[in-house]
Parts: sequence; structure tokens; C-alpha cells
Amino acid sequence: MADVLLKNIQKRYDKDVLAVKGASVEIKDKEFVVLVGPSGCGKSTLLRMIAGLEEITAGELYIDDQLVNDLSPKDRDIAMVFQNYALYPHMTVYENMAFGLKLRKYKKSDIKQRVQEAADILGLREYLDRKPKAMSGGQRQRVAIGRALVRQPKVFLFDEPLSNLDAKLRVQMRMEIKKLHQRLQATMIYVTHDQVEAMTMGDKIVVLKDGEIQQVDSPMNLYHEPENKFVAGFIGSPASNFLHGKITQDTELAFQSKHCTISIPTDTSMGKRLNNHVNERVILGFRPEYLYDKAHEADKRLSIDLVAIIDVIEPIGSESYVYFHFADMPSDSFCFRSNSDIHYVPGQKLKLGIDLNRLRFFDEKTERRIK
Amino acid sequence: MRRLKIQKLFFYLILFGMTIIYLGPFLFSVSISFNADKDVLTWPIKLIPEEWTLAHYQSVWRDLPFGQWLVNSVLITSIQTVSNVFFSALAGFAFARLRFPGKNIIFSMLLASLMIPGIILLVPKFIVLNEFRLINTYGGLILPGLVSVVNIFLMKQFFETIPKDLEEAALIDGCSYFRIFWQIFLPVSKPALAAVAIYTFQGSWNEFMWPVIVSVTNDMFTLPVGMAFLKNEFSVQWPLLMAGTILISLPTIAIFLIFQRYFVQGVASAGLKE
Ligand SMILES: Nc1ncnc2c1ncn2[C@@H]1O[C@H](COP(=O)(O)OP(=O)(O)OP(=O)(O)O)[C@@H](O)[C@H]1O
Ligand SMILES: [Mg+2]
Repeated sequence: MADVLLKNIQKRYDKDVLAVKGASVEIKDKEFVVLVGPSGCGKSTLLRMIAGLEEITAGELYIDDQLVNDLSPKDRDIAMVFQNYALYPHMTVYENMAFGLKLRKYKKSDIKQRVQEAADILGLREYLDRKPKAMSGGQRQRVAIGRALVRQPKVFLFDEPLSNLDAKLRVQMRMEIKKLHQRLQATMIYVTHDQVEAMTMGDKIVVLKDGEIQQVDSPMNLYHEPENKFVAGFIGSPASNFLHGKITQDTELAFQSKHCTISIPTDTSMGKRLNNHVNERVILGFRPEYLYDKAHEADKRLSIDLVAIIDVIEPIGSESYVYFHFADMPSDSFCFRSNSDIHYVPGQKLKLGIDLNRLRFFDEKTERRIK
Repeated sequence: MRRLKIQKLFFYLILFGMTIIYLGPFLFSVSISFNADKDVLTWPIKLIPEEWTLAHYQSVWRDLPFGQWLVNSVLITSIQTVSNVFFSALAGFAFARLRFPGKNIIFSMLLASLMIPGIILLVPKFIVLNEFRLINTYGGLILPGLVSVVNIFLMKQFFETIPKDLEEAALIDGCSYFRIFWQIFLPVSKPALAAVAIYTFQGSWNEFMWPVIVSVTNDMFTLPVGMAFLKNEFSVQWPLLMAGTILISLPTIAIFLIFQRYFVQGVASAGLKE
């Protein structure tokens, strides 16, 4: 069990492809860290550098205070689970799991015991003599996890291990991996492009974009206190709404955009901060769940009425996602979440209010959060 | 419906015709080899002998150094087959999976060598081997066929279809590259290896040009060369030649029948995979 420390790690593939542009992350012992970001942002590259499958161009990587930049994968005491399982097709499940231990010259009886143990945890008891070909995707991924498990490595690495499974199985395996983490108390680093997976599994989430770390934080902090517009938009589903506009100070402090004007009470901390940004271009971000239909919500401190016209309603059972546009601007679509008991129809006009405590402003140029 | 039937009929007719063309000469040889001497060159051809005889087969073993040639052929073919499988797999693995300086240049040169017709190389090859005093020795017969570029290419292509994940999982499990080759890549490449083995066996067993050039004395002949020398200036001993030829072709036929599945699979997966 181990700490992992990344110090300004870079990866350059060809002369001009800088896939990871200086990543520094501190991963503590027993932590479950998720690397998340859109496709091509460099998460796999970063993970593979930790695994030793990819050379580190610059920077330092420590596992348990030992500099491991030049150590081969087998000497780093890590185990990795691949997206495509990567099971040895000519070996049985048992042999697949035992292979790494055999190479490390464990006693036969020890190997047997460890494999049995892992098989029990993962529910693979009956399948030990099968070849991977004769198993389902979910079972194969379990074997792949088992192969990592038996080694009892310092660090577990996962590269999108669930993305080949169907949605239901994915949710189930998600929970199982999480349970496994609690049971083993091991350091785990997990790559995914799915922000729901990241939010539900991670103790700590590293959000990447274009090879750059955007924010490293707990799931809740990422959700409520995004550092920049990208994080605000990437985390959360349906995605945040954004309005481009300007801070004005005529009679009162306000955010003014072509869609609407929202006055900002100066007694909130947000209001105080925005005082220094009058006449600057900003982006207002607000999540679909912080918009309320004024006809049904009276308690919250909401903004002035925003007149919305409903385009589409997506009921998902527990709630509905309602897509709308502001009057006269049908090209820009926004979303709010509503109770599924309330019945809306397309074309309906209603008055919405934004929760004033949940407004997040970003600088239009740098897209960094204004705080 | 009717048209389909006619089409099918037509198709079978073509197949049948092709089969006759390919199989005819072979059946004819079989028939000659069992025919009594006097009936061999009569007209019309007696495909089914009036008088069956095994005399020619006995004669092959009795009157010719057939046993010696068989030993030569088996020795050469088995060494060349084993070494081709081993070396082309090793080289193919290196070209497909390892990174080393000059890899692309070396591989291009190998490919380029395929462009030169083999016939042109006979003389230089002979001269080189002569310098090494290897003419009319097993060394001279075996060495030039220990590995072939085509097989290397085949194995490289096959290894390239094996997912990189597999290699990386093995690296993390603690394999060296040689172990990855030996314990992961070889076992999953059986079809390709079988294809290489079968091709090499066939080629080596039936090889004529090189052995005929490099072997001088009777005791160094391989089976095909020995058979060819039955055609001398004065006469051709057809029945004897045919009996010998049939005997020679038996192993190839047997191997094809036994490994048919692998053979087809190997060709498919080695050449055309994705
Ligand atoms: N071997 C390579 N050679 C050159 N460029 C590469 C190589 N591998 C990856 N890249 C580039 O590096 C960048 C990051 O790739 P990486 O595989 O880490 O992305 P990712 O975040 O894992 O994406 P995905 O979610 O699609 O798996 C990409 O722009 C990719 O094109
Ligand atoms: Mg990836």
C-alpha cells in the first residue's frame, strides 16, 4: 500500500505532440483517485506512465518515496486492469491469475491459496478451469481484476475497465470495485471518461483536458466549486447552463446578457466579489437543478422572473429534464430539472428563477472562476 | 428458382472440370504405377489396370537407393521446417513488437530481396557455398533454406494483429520480452505457425532446383532429384518413376488431410486478417 507522487510529469510522443503537459498530483495511501476527462485528454497516457508502459519525458514519479521513473513495470509493484481485459487466451482463468505469481516464484501452495481467495471475492469459483473465450464480458473483466488482486500490489491501476460492459453491469461492477477498495484498503488509480463513474467512485478526482490538469478535488467540491468553466461543464449531468454577458452597475449590481438580466444582491459573498468586475465580460454558469419554476417553488432565494418557453421534455422517471429557450431566442437551448409530477407541455411559457446562492461566474477570456 | 438451379449446375460443371484438370494427371500416375509394364504406353489409356502389380513399388525400394534419398529428404525437410518456424517467429516478433535502431531499413531490405527472382541467386549462392567447401554436403543442402523472408513476413503480419494490451499485461505480470514471445505470443499463434510449418515442409520436400545443383553424388540426392535421374538419355522408366513419385507425394497428402483445418485457418488468419 503506497503513496504515489507525480511531480510535473510530461509526456511528448512526437516532436509536436505534448500529450501530458506537466501533471502534479499527490495520491495518498489507500486513496481512490479517478482521472477523468474527454477522449484524447491524456488520461491513459498519464496512467501508463505510472504503470511504466510509457516512458516519462520529464518530471518525477515517486511510489512510496522511491523515484521510479526508470523502473520497469514489473519492478514498480503495480497491477493494471485493461479496458479490453487483456486475458491470456490460451490459459485458463486459474492460470491467468496465477501467471504473475508464478513468474515471481511464489510457492505453489501460496499461489493456489491466493487465487482461490480472489476467486471467492469475485465469484469466479466455478470458472477457474474455463478459458476466457468461454466467458461473458463481465466475467472476463472480473478475471482481469482477479489477476491484479492476487498480486497484492502497492497500487492498482484501471484504464476504463468498465466501458465494454453494458449499462446495468457497469453500475454493478462500479459498486463492486468500490467495495473491493474498501475491503483491500489499497491505493487505486482509475481512468474513465464517464463523469458519473468518476463522481461515484473517486475519493479524489483529477479532471484533465488537453493534457492539462484542470482541477484536483473531491467529487462534491468539483461539483459545487469548479475552478473553471470546463470543470463546471464537464461534471454533472445534464451539463451546466452557461450565459455570456457583462457585469453592470447602474442602479444596482447585475449580470446582463442578451437573454436576460439578473440582479445580484450585494449582501452575498458573490455580490461582494463581483463589485471588482464591473463592466467586465463574464460567463454565468448555473446547473439545471438550480433553476426553479416559480409557480412551484417559493422558499428559495430566487432571481427575478426569467420567461422561458419549453422545447422538449425528457422524463427519466424520478425527475424530468426540461429543455427551454428564452423568449425570442430559440437558437440557444438551456435545461432545468423538474419534479416529474409537474406536467409540462412543449411551447408552454413559464417563469423561472435561479437560486442566487448557486450562481458561478467565470472570466470570459481565461474561463477561470471569479472568486 | 429455375435460374438459380441452372446457375448452380453450371457452377458444379466448372468445379468438376477443374477437378479433372488437377486430379487427372495424378490419377494417371497412380494408374501407371500399378500397371504391368506391357500395358503402360498402350492406347487407349487403361486407367484401371487390367493386371495389377506392386512390382514397381518393390523395384523402387530394391533397385534404387530410395532409402538413402528418403533419409536425406527427411533430414533436410525436418531441419528446415523446424528452423523456419523458430527463426521466422523470432524475427517476426522482433519486427512486429520490438523497437531497435534500423528496424525499418532492415525490414525493407528483406522485402526488397523478395523482388529478386530466386533463379538469379542460384549462381552466387553456389559460389559462396563452394568457397565454404559445402558443395555436395548436408550443410550445402540445408543452410540456404533455414529461414525465408516470406515466412518472416507472414509471422510479423500475424503478430501485429495480437493486441498490444496482451503484451503489456504480460510486462506488468513480470515477463521479459523473450518470455512474452515464448509463453504468450507463440501459444496464441498456432494457426500461423502451422501455416509456416506446412508451407515450408511442402516447399522443402518438393524442392528440386537447389538440391540438383548442390548435390553431386548419388548418395546426397533428395527424393525429387533421385527421381529425376530415372530419366536418362536412353529411356524413361515410367512405371518406376510414377511409383516413386506417388510414394514421395504421400507425406504431403497426409499432412494436408490431417492439418486441413489449420491450413485453411492459417492462410486466412496469416494473410487476410483485418
Ligand atoms: N503512441 C502514441 N503516439 C503518438 N501520439 C499518441 C500516442 N498515444 C496517444 N497519443 C496522443 O496523445 C493524446 C492523449 O492520448 P490518450 O490515449 O492518453 O488519451 P485518453 O485520454 O486516454 O483518451 P481516451 O478516452 O480516448 O482513451 C492523444 O492526442 C493521442 O492522439
Ligand atoms: Mg484511454
